[in-house]
Amino acid sequence: MNLSRRQMLILLPAAAVAWESVLAGTPDQSPNYKMSDHWWGMLIDIPKCIGCGNCVRACRTENDVPEGFYRTWVERYHVSDEDMTQPEVISPNGGENGFPVAQEDSKKYFFVPKMCNHCADSPCTQVCPVGATFIAPDGVVLVDQKYCLGCAYCVQACPYGCRYIHPQKETADKCTLCYHRITQGLTTACCEACPTGARQLVDLKNPKDPIHEFLKTHAVQVLKPQMATGSKAFYNGLDGSVR
Amino acid sequence: MSTFKDAGHLFRFAGLFVLAFLIFLVVRHYVVPKSFGQYGHYRGAAMGEIAAHPAKFSGHDTCESCHSDVADKKKAGKHAHVNCEACHGALFERLPAAEQPKPNLYERFLALVGKSLPPDPPILHHAEDPTTVKPVLPDTAVLCARCHTASAAKPKGFPQVNPEEHSNRVPCQTCHQPHSPAIDAGGAK
Repeated sequence: MNLSRRQMLILLPAAAVAWESVLAGTPDQSPNYKMSDHWWGMLIDIPKCIGCGNCVRACRTENDVPEGFYRTWVERYHVSDEDMTQPEVISPNGGENGFPVAQEDSKKYFFVPKMCNHCADSPCTQVCPVGATFIAPDGVVLVDQKYCLGCAYCVQACPYGCRYIHPQKETADKCTLCYHRITQGLTTACCEACPTGARQLVDLKNPKDPIHEFLKTHAVQVLKPQMATGSKAFYNGLDGSVR
Repeated sequence: MSTFKDAGHLFRFAGLFVLAFLIFLVVRHYVVPKSFGQYGHYRGAAMGEIAAHPAKFSGHDTCESCHSDVADKKKAGKHAHVNCEACHGALFERLPAAEQPKPNLYERFLALVGKSLPPDPPILHHAEDPTTVKPVLPDTAVLCARCHTASAAKPKGFPQVNPEEHSNRVPCQTCHQPHSPAIDAGGAK
């Protein structure tokens, strides 16, 4: 096909107009939700966790998490008093089916639920080369599935191991803090399913949220504070052996 | 003889650069999604897409709006803070996928490069249609044991039993009514 310069000059704007229709139309966010009014996080109360795995199963159901991958999981620590830097950690199937019975011995046991920390200065969003992962104005770290190339830089960058490459979509995938629920006034699936209240969704911008009083009166820690990630997963009663 | 005698070809070359830059601007305008940069270096519309995912767990408020009798009973008992769906699970069913609207060019491009999956089939909640989506009675032998089997790893104050010793595998609900499990609360028959 031979195109003259004149034909080319006519065709180019036509092609541009076609692109416009291609890129039009994306669903709007739910009404009555103002992103700037929220700053979401999670409170994880370790002394309340019984390791039942309800959160892991609920997350899989709610978010269609593929088998063998976890947006949240539970670890069981087994720590001796002589060497707390070498804890024995198990998480069979992410704790999805519970844990084997632990016999009383001289060491201490406890469960630690893990999930995306929704960091305010998240390393994972900083390394994304295309702007596919970002911190939403309400503090939730999200992945744009349509923009993600699947390069997995973010998977390597997350110090908490909270990201994976979705086997079918071949894009990065992670906890969305049940964004589709919290924007509608519901709590997350893991919080809804937790029988002991070991997990609580918190909104740091809501002055009436009990989290403010809780943070004031309890010894609360975040994971890997030395990494200055601005983690918003607050752990109550976190043992020093937890990594 | 002027120094700029042969400058004509330089202007033509510069013109080519200007044209290329204009083409770049036009292409960029149309290729970069409209909502990119709306809030930051990402596509603002992505948040709406993520928020459009259907919720599977309805939340205990939804359950309690019909089952207020159970809610009242539960409130008085030890399981007051256990939400309905913690034991009953999320009550929904997947429906056969409805006919999808014809994908636009962008979506077809994404499909071409293997970046899109067919959207999730729509779901129907028990709360929306209680007759179609029927709950299955949970198996208390599995359900109760999941939380209450004794283990040194569980918090000391949490009620725990060894199922073999405790009841010799007699079903839990013979003595304990799950919505209000204390035996003196009328669980025993």
